[in-house]
Amino acid sequence: MSEVEETMRRIQSHPGVVGVIIVNAEGIPIRTTLDNSATTQYAALIQQLSSKARSAVRDIDPQNDLCFLRIRTLKHEIMVAPDKEYLLIVVQNPSET
Amino acid sequence: MKPTRTGKKSLISNLSSNKLITSLSKTAAPSDVNLARKPSMYISTDVGDDQDEAWMQTKVLLKPPDQLTLSEQELKEEHTRMLTANNPRAPSNPIRFSFKDSAYKPVTQVDNVAVLFHMDTNLLHKDSDEGKRQLEKEGTTEGATETGETRTADSNGPKIQNQFNYSERAAQTLNHPPRDRETMTDPPPRLNFNGSVSQWEIHDAYVEDIKRQKLSKEKSKTTKFHVKDEPKKRGLSTMDEIESDELQKVSGGLSILERMVNQNTYDDISQDFKYWEDAGDEFRSGQGSLLPLWKLSYEKARKYSVTSLKWNSKYKDFLAVGYGSHSFMNDKGGLLCFYTLKNPSFPEFIFQSESGIASLDNDTNDYNLIAVGYYSGNVAVYDLAQSKEDNPVYFSTALTGKHSDPVWQVAWQKPDPDGFLNFYSISSDGVIKTWTLMKNELQHAEVIQLRVEGQKLVGPSGVESELLGCGTCFDFCKKLDYIFLVGTEEGRVHKCSKTYINQYLDTAHAHNMTIYSLKINPIHPSVFLTCSADWAVKVWNHAELEVGPLFTFDLNSPVADATWAPYASTVFAACTIDGFVYVYDLNINKYAPLCKQQILQGKKSKLTRLVFNPYFPVLIVADDRGTLYSFKLSPNLRKVEIEKNRSEESEMVKMEKLIAFILEPLLVKQRQSSAPAIPVQT
Repeated sequence: MSEVEETMRRIQSHPGVVGVIIVNAEGIPIRTTLDNSATTQYAALIQQLSSKARSAVRDIDPQNDLCFLRIRTLKHEIMVAPDKEYLLIVVQNPSET
Repeated sequence: MKPTRTGKKSLISNLSSNKLITSLSKTAAPSDVNLARKPSMYISTDVGDDQDEAWMQTKVLLKPPDQLTLSEQELKEEHTRMLTANNPRAPSNPIRFSFKDSAYKPVTQVDNVAVLFHMDTNLLHKDSDEGKRQLEKEGTTEGATETGETRTADSNGPKIQNQFNYSERAAQTLNHPPRDRETMTDPPPRLNFNGSVSQWEIHDAYVEDIKRQKLSKEKSKTTKFHVKDEPKKRGLSTMDEIESDELQKVSGGLSILERMVNQNTYDDISQDFKYWEDAGDEFRSGQGSLLPLWKLSYEKARKYSVTSLKWNSKYKDFLAVGYGSHSFMNDKGGLLCFYTLKNPSFPEFIFQSESGIASLDNDTNDYNLIAVGYYSGNVAVYDLAQSKEDNPVYFSTALTGKHSDPVWQVAWQKPDPDGFLNFYSISSDGVIKTWTLMKNELQHAEVIQLRVEGQKLVGPSGVESELLGCGTCFDFCKKLDYIFLVGTEEGRVHKCSKTYINQYLDTAHAHNMTIYSLKINPIHPSVFLTCSADWAVKVWNHAELEVGPLFTFDLNSPVADATWAPYASTVFAACTIDGFVYVYDLNINKYAPLCKQQILQGKKSKLTRLVFNPYFPVLIVADDRGTLYSFKLSPNLRKVEIEKNRSEESEMVKMEKLIAFILEPLLVKQRQSSAPAIPVQT
């Protein structure tokens, strides 16, 4: 098992973690632990949001960059780490921890 | 014939010659040549006249001043004049004397001709004698037509300039009329392009362009040979490799995510770490407590015992942990793990080794270099920036030199004068070695061989040999970096210098059993503490070792480790094998700990090591089951740190006062008995 998959498994094993999704540059989910429809929905919507967020950050200072995005919702917390080519999404339910 | 003549002056001359010719032709028989030339000449003259007219000056009539002005009637008046053949002015009766007849005789014929104007001609008749002579002179072929100009245009003879008949000739070329020429071309292809450009996109484009320029510069420098090699290598990699490589790129982002998930999971602990202060401390002065924070553990490390702990010098939350074994019988390998407080659930780096790790140290300047001492007696250096696999960058072997017993402690030193990094190691084989990191090998040299003074080993044949000492721990003085202190298994403390090899500066019989740890105070350079299996923690002043310990604390159990707090000169912590952690502040209480807390309750495991974080009020305690416990020090335990006017000097003064307070009665007693409290061996 590769290091990445092991890390994914560890994240998944944390209490309250609903799912982990890795989305590539084209917006296609390449690894997921969620079901199909939820994965595509998260992938599509979060990518738009993170690119917008990144654009905002970089417009303020072009040398700056977005490295992490945290969205606290009523039910979940969606954590997004936009990598160079990939988008990593973790959905966690913090109240369960 | 003459060249074509155009222009005004030549035309005039032509004109005159024409007239001449016509006059000639009237008088003589016209030649064919003349006839042939005439029309063209006339055309040219006509054109010339037309052109001239525009430039002709208008005639102005000039009247003589004495002219009669006549009225119209007078002008109309008719005057009749009769013209006769007789000359009225001629005399009618002229007589002339005739000498023949000697008498006057009337003249019959009267000359009636009156000459009004006379001009000699310059024309000659062709057939006249003079004309023939002139023709002969000119040459027969050159036409009689040009008789007028014979004198000027003679090609054969020398040119005779006639200043009156000299004509300047100029030629004017034909001016081409301007002409417009047009062609229709195909319109250039057009493309509609639009998009919104933000500042960062422009910035990125520039950065990319700079990169490309640099690359092209470098490419021009590198030879073609390298360029050819590249595609071959690419061809070799299979699809699987590419996929795993691609996924590897995600690992950076994933580690951030893992930390964040951990932050959510251990949210309450993070909050405590940052903000919680024990309110109860206000009501119990001189007492403190430890608040348990994270428990750092790793599944695979459960079977190992934590043998060494070290915080990174640059990253405040980065902890290096060495796993090995304290049981002498089975060496089941070791682990080198690196934890960050941001991710307590899993180590950031894991290195496995064949032999158990007994000690490690982290260089303060090259914070990515970790020196490791193994149970097998080997030493190794790991470079976190390079060592991806389990292999260290430097590793000692039996060939290149190693210790024959476990390496109990390693310590980085300042780079030597040549700039090579080096570290010291101490082993229970009694040798302290220095290791230098050369370019591709680890060079070692023996610094000191520990001996047990005063005891001789007597062999069966009566040969006496010196008993070797067993080093277990040492520490280097930061302010006087040539001095270091060594603790041994026999319970002795040796004060050594890097400059005197095989010679102790001072020795003290400190403990009755093995010294587990020896630490020099980070603020006061001459104060150090030792802890031993004989249940005691002792604080010393190595400037006056013979006086004995300044403080002695009995903890009712073997003391596995003791260490000074980084923020104060008088605070230290110790942990005992039975699971208790003690925190002392000598400035507040010289006899009892501020805090005594049991960490392991009813468990079989033992505590092995403890370490303060140099920046946060956090104490890490490790046990022999591979678990690390982190604690937050309550405000009473770090009163000094909270104080605003704290400085190194004030801490120093505090320690000095303490030493003076303890030493004075001791020295007085010493003087009275006039014998050293502890026999000093030389």
